[in-house]
Order: sequence, then structure tokens, then C-alpha cells
Amino acid sequence: MKVFLALLGRELRLAVRHGADTLAALLFFVLAGSLFPLAIGPEPATLGRIAPGIVWVCALLATLLPLDRMFGADLEDGSLDQLLLSGLPSPAVACAKALAHWLTTGLPLLVVACPLAAMLRMDAGAQPALLAGLLPGTLDLSLLGTAGAAVVLGARRGGVVLPLLVIPLMVPVLIFGAAAPSAATMGLSPKSSLLLLLAILSAGTPVCLLAAGAALRGAAE
Amino acid sequence: MRACPRQEKESHCQGEGTAPPKAVQSPPCEPDGRIRPGELAPAFGLAGLPGGRERNSEGLQAVGLASLRAERLVFTGVDVDVGAGGALVLSGPNGSGKSTLTRVLAGLRRPDHGTVLWGGAPIADDLGAHARRVAYVGHLDGVKSGFTARENLAFAASVGNGDVDHALGAFGLSAYAAFPARMLSAGQRRRLALGRLLLSRAPLWLLDEPSVGLDTASIRLLGDVLAQHRARGGVVVAATHVPLPLPSVQTLSLS
Repeated sequence: MKVFLALLGRELRLAVRHGADTLAALLFFVLAGSLFPLAIGPEPATLGRIAPGIVWVCALLATLLPLDRMFGADLEDGSLDQLLLSGLPSPAVACAKALAHWLTTGLPLLVVACPLAAMLRMDAGAQPALLAGLLPGTLDLSLLGTAGAAVVLGARRGGVVLPLLVIPLMVPVLIFGAAAPSAATMGLSPKSSLLLLLAILSAGTPVCLLAAGAALRGAAE
Repeated sequence: MRACPRQEKESHCQGEGTAPPKAVQSPPCEPDGRIRPGELAPAFGLAGLPGGRERNSEGLQAVGLASLRAERLVFTGVDVDVGAGGALVLSGPNGSGKSTLTRVLAGLRRPDHGTVLWGGAPIADDLGAHARRVAYVGHLDGVKSGFTARENLAFAASVGNGDVDHALGAFGLSAYAAFPARMLSAGQRRRLALGRLLLSRAPLWLLDEPSVGLDTASIRLLGDVLAQHRARGGVVVAATHVPLPLPSVQTLSLS
């Protein structure tokens, strides 16, 4: 556990040192989201109806940005060998990486999502449902992204293949995540969508971490 | 019990520490050669195996290792037997599989044939336990440019409960502790990577070209560190082109 926390601390400190990379995902989220009113037009009724979808699509794409370097940098400079020889099981290494990815990408997205949704004229009453969906949803995205990043590690043009691999896997998260605030806007209960997001999280955590761990071992060979 | 011990050479390294290496307490050797019947014929000879040691002692053995890389046979029939306090140098031209063999011994890479054993037990049974007894310095330094020298060692220190300042000092890096690693020279980064060895309590040190980029003074420091590790009963396996300051060492030449 101590080594796990040390690895998590190392990842967070690296994220702070490479602050530009960390901020890039957040700024991409805001910029991509603010393109929609410019392209679609500022009419509140239209924007408000599609706002949950916009927030979710932008969040999904923003979480993809740091994935390329998640293990790639460690593979290139030899740190990955040190992580795998730290005595931590490889799924635990993947878990620390996924958690660090969520803390540096998913959590800031949660903070910025509300202002962005308000800017897109989303119904204020749907904000809690949006946040309640983003909380497990961004964790899902981080886990799936970690597994994908580990699988394409070492492959040529891995950065290009990565979105093609993980976006299809992220589709259920997107559907249920965007459905929650939409349901709230229409006065329905978002509970079922939120429960499904949690179900994806509980089923996906072991599968993604074991897959990522095995892929890391394979990449180190 | 595979080969004749080099008793007189092994005794060289005893003067360096308090505890004599266990490897020197070897019973009489078998004069009939180093290969047991029924074993894969080794393609590469092991020079100077300190044999006759019981298998239950801490030590690294490997039997009949073979490795493929991109469908090409890198090495085959490699046997390794290094006891506590022993050292093995892997030599051979570029591409002869020194790095691959080091990674196989570290458990980072599965051998395509053969078994690696520690204390008589196959490492594949518990790779996590093997990882805890390995300190590995690969041909890449594993140094993060954005971190200071001290921060670079922090993770290794938390794994091995080591003292970062001691490790930095042992390789003459105390003055650079707060320097970002991107400002360090190649040799200094190499010393930083070697500093990880001192933070770990692992008995098995696996070094891939440890002296690359080091000046003569640093190579001498490395020699001291390796001698201390062996005096404590540690095992050193080093892949290298150039002579390392390792007395009474076995050599395995891959070709």
C-alpha cells in the first residue's frame, strides 16, 4: 500500500511538473464545448436540449488526450521496468496510473463541467444529475483509457490506434452519462442511468485493471 | 554441483566486508565436468563456475535458457549459476542477447525455453516476490527530466526504505540533489540510475552496461558499491563490453 501511494504521489507530482499537458485536456474540454454555440447558433432551446450530450462528448474526448503519454513516457525512458520491478503487481501499477489520470483529468473536468453546462443553457435543475453522472462516468473513462493505453503500448502509431480502440468501449458510458441530465431536464428520474454507470464501474474496474496489467507485462518483454 | 570451484579467486573478495560470502564454503567439486547428463547441451561455456554449492542457498540459477526475438534465436542453452556473494559478467558482441538475458533474469521477460531459479525455486512461480529481490539498471536510465535528482530517487527509496542522501552521496551527486535531471549530463544520469541500487535491499543486482558514460572515478565508485554488495552476500550480474572493477568474477560469453 505504501508503494502504491508512493507511485500515486509520483504520478501526481509528474502531472504538476508537466502542468501544460495536464491543463491541455481541461482547456480542450472548454474550447471544444464553446465551439457548439458558435456552430449551431445561440438559440437557448436548441442548445439547452443538446447541452448534456455536448458536455459528455467533450469530456470523453478530453480524457483521451493524456492517454498517449500515460505509459509511453515511462516505456521510453525505462521507468516502466522500474515500476514493474517495484514489487507491486502490474494491475496495481495500472490502478495507480488510472487513479492519477482521473485526479488530474476527470476531477478537473467535473469542476469545469457546471460552468460549461450553464454556458450552454442547460437547465439548472439538471446540474446535479450531470455531476452525479460525470463522477462515476469519468472514472469509467479513466479505467477504459488506461486499459487501452496499456494495450497499444509499444505499438507503432499507438497514439492513432488508441482512440479507435477505446471510443467504442466508451459508448455505453456516454449513453447513460448523457441520459441522466436529459432525463432530469424532462422531469424524469436519472436514477436508472446513474445506477448503470455505477454498474459499469464495478464490473469494469477489475476487468480493465487486469487487462492493463497483463498488457504492461507484455509491453515490457 | 556442476563445476570446479575457483576457490583461490573467490577468496579475493573476502577482505572487503565483515561477513564472508557464503559461496566460498563449497564442498569438494565433481571433476567430471559442468554439465549434468540429460541436460540441454549448452552452446556457451560458463567459465569459472563456483560449483558444489547446495541449491537451497540464496543464489541465481538458470537452466537451458533460450530466447527468441522477432523469430530470431538470440541465445540458446544458456546456464547460469551464481551463488551469494558471486558475480557474473555477460559479455559478447552487440546483439548477442546480453540485455535480453538480463531482462529474462529480472523476470521482465519470459524465456522461450528453460527456467530461472532463485534459491532453487522457479521465479515464474512468484514474479512479484522475484521483483522484490531484484534491483535492475537497464540500458535506459529511467530518469525523469522534470524531476530533481532527489525526486528521481524518491520512488525507489519508498520501495526499498533506503536513504536518498546516502545513495546520492555514494555516487558523488550530493551537490546536484536539487538540480532538475534535465540539467544533468549523461554520466550523471547514469550515476543517478545506479544510485537506485543503494536504495534497494534486493540481493540480486542486474546491470545492463552499468559503466556507459561513467568517468574513471565513477567506475571506481561503482566498483566499491558492487564489492560492498557482494560482501553482504548479494549477487551481481552485469552485461558489459568493457572490464568492470569486479574481482573473482565468472564470465559468460554469448556470441
